[in-house]
Amino acid sequence: MTATVQSPSPGPIAPPAKPNLLYRPEFRQAVYQILLVIALIIGFWAIAHNVAVNLARQNIASGFGFWTRTAGFDISQTLIEFDNQSTYGKAFWAGLMNTLLVAGLGIIFATILGFLVGIGRLSSNWLIAKLATAYVEILRNLPLLLQLFFWYFAVLKNLPGPRESISLPGGASLNVRGLYLPAPVPESGFGYVLAAFGIGILTSIAIAMWSKRRQLATGQRFPVLWTSLALIFLLPGAVYLVLGQPLGFEYPALRGFNFQGGMAVQPEFMALLVGLSTYTASFIAEIVRAGIAGVPRGQREAANAIGLSNGLTMRLVIIPQALRIIIPPLTSQYLNLAKNSSLAVAIGYPDFVSVFTGTVLNQTGQAVEVILLTMLVFLTISLLTSAFMNWFNKHIALVER
Amino acid sequence: MKSTTKLFALTTAVLVSTASFASAQTLDRVKQRGTLSCGVNVGLAGFSAPDDKGNWTGFDVDYCRAIAAAVLGDATKVRFVPTTAKERFTALQSGEIDVLNRNTTWTLARDSSLGLSFVGTNYYDGQGLMVKTGLKVKSAKELDGATVCVQTGTTTELNLADYFRVNKLAYKPVVFEKADEILQAYQAGRCDVYTTDASGLYAQRLQMQKPDEHIVLPEIISKEPLGPSVRQGDSQWFTIVRWVHFALLNAEEAGITKGNVDKMLESTNPDVRRILGKEGEFGKGIGLANDWAFQIIKQVGNYGEIFDATVGAGSRINIARGQNNLWTKGGLQYAPPIR
Repeated sequence: MTATVQSPSPGPIAPPAKPNLLYRPEFRQAVYQILLVIALIIGFWAIAHNVAVNLARQNIASGFGFWTRTAGFDISQTLIEFDNQSTYGKAFWAGLMNTLLVAGLGIIFATILGFLVGIGRLSSNWLIAKLATAYVEILRNLPLLLQLFFWYFAVLKNLPGPRESISLPGGASLNVRGLYLPAPVPESGFGYVLAAFGIGILTSIAIAMWSKRRQLATGQRFPVLWTSLALIFLLPGAVYLVLGQPLGFEYPALRGFNFQGGMAVQPEFMALLVGLSTYTASFIAEIVRAGIAGVPRGQREAANAIGLSNGLTMRLVIIPQALRIIIPPLTSQYLNLAKNSSLAVAIGYPDFVSVFTGTVLNQTGQAVEVILLTMLVFLTISLLTSAFMNWFNKHIALVER
Repeated sequence: MKSTTKLFALTTAVLVSTASFASAQTLDRVKQRGTLSCGVNVGLAGFSAPDDKGNWTGFDVDYCRAIAAAVLGDATKVRFVPTTAKERFTALQSGEIDVLNRNTTWTLARDSSLGLSFVGTNYYDGQGLMVKTGLKVKSAKELDGATVCVQTGTTTELNLADYFRVNKLAYKPVVFEKADEILQAYQAGRCDVYTTDASGLYAQRLQMQKPDEHIVLPEIISKEPLGPSVRQGDSQWFTIVRWVHFALLNAEEAGITKGNVDKMLESTNPDVRRILGKEGEFGKGIGLANDWAFQIIKQVGNYGEIFDATVGAGSRINIARGQNNLWTKGGLQYAPPIR
């Protein structure tokens, strides 16, 4: 009797039996995701439906019909034409422009101030370093609203009334109602000055591009900064003088209760801008300090070793690497600044929240629509800001080779 | 930011409130809870402001107490919810408060599109303009080019625009959210004019460092009938709040006061007997105990007593009764009879 020993089959391992569809991970993942999306859609629909039903039941007006109705109120500072016969829709834009104005200028000032203070904290000069530290520690540790009240009420109260205004050089005046500046009035021929200014800028860009190409090819550097400054400022200046100074000024003058004529900068705007810029600058300073401190020591030593001066080391070696660390948290600070501008309502600056989410909401009573639009506006502003900063971040990121 | 967050929370409450709640009987909920939730001003002397011991006092506050006395039999069972001009309607719509007693002007738009109903006028007011005496302004017509401080979310903001447009005067508004901020800015000289309801101007003038240096101009530029409001769709609650107001007026007309109300129980005057629940079943008709009006007068007083103690001759604000006197004394306050 021959017993055949059953040896393990030497052939290829049989593929495992196809598991039940339910146990396949890809299938499960897809199912879960579809379920989640369905649940979300149902959830949003339920909320929307509930709102519509409830508003109708409580006899609260709904819809966006108010957009084209007459607003009937005035706004103290607008970038677009607005009076009490304008529509609620126009009030929306007027408020939005005011928010963008203060946020845009605030970002510029906060960045400049923040970089100066941040570099100051790293200074080897004892006094500068301590002053910068004190600045950062005081401003970032006090609530912003308190700082706004300080800038508005404490500073404003000490300014004189319109009849006892402080005269500033150049025909400007400062009083409790704001800063009054002479308004430029272009006369015939001023267009040439503007044209010269434009030509200066375009030529500077061309020179910068040419100089970069030449430096890559030959290694020779060209004083781009000085030539550009000369082209942008001296060229229009010369044209201005040659044409016999074709620019007049309208000076503000006290008439009745207030100064009339000229350009007026409201104290509410100044307080908000100063408050937002100085507060955000204290955070930016720390980000800048962290960024610079984050560049390895060896980089500076290597730059010194190949003979770069301290200034060039900073400009060509340290800052480009520090920016990689600085940009992402800097973006968050910009977003914070834009959102914090809604504190304007406390000191009477007609920003978007004050005009639209304040007055318009109250006069129309349509809280749901107005709050929804407000959220949408701030979301849009924030997403656009971060999209731009992400693009910028990618642009300056080190290309690893 | 804080008030925006609060507003947002209230709006969310409107969003998610279930359909069942809007039609629920406010009276039942108040009784079940044991307290009345009453929306008042965050701070306006004479109307609603906490005193130095933290107790709420004022004309609107006493109206809250009167409703609590009628509904719960106890004038102290009130939870006061301070609201800004901006938040007040949302607070009522969302059900956070049962009644809004916040020197609020009755207008058609508010009565129709906000989902609330005004029960009546408990204070006839009008918008006034206050200036510094140093400006030597005698009339509102001289205010061309002036800067005006005003509160956001009020009828005041609209009346101001109308008045200056109709009279072809130029002006600059400076809009704040809270009355305190306006007061500070006005005193700092940011504005030439402070405008709000005349009653508010008189009250705010007392808060100033030098009240004598400010005058209220003679022009009253609008009608501001102030009164309590409730949510639409609950006619029982509407009727109760409205008749609390009428009971206060009827009590003054009949001469029933906080002091003599116990003695009045023995009165033979049928008017008095009906008001105090000795005759008829009027309390039951509106879902309350039969001594509802007795409790109001006993614990809070009649309309005239409330007025005098909070904003009238007996208070620091010292506003004349004027249009708010009873119709029998040349004023506009007139209540239908309890019978």
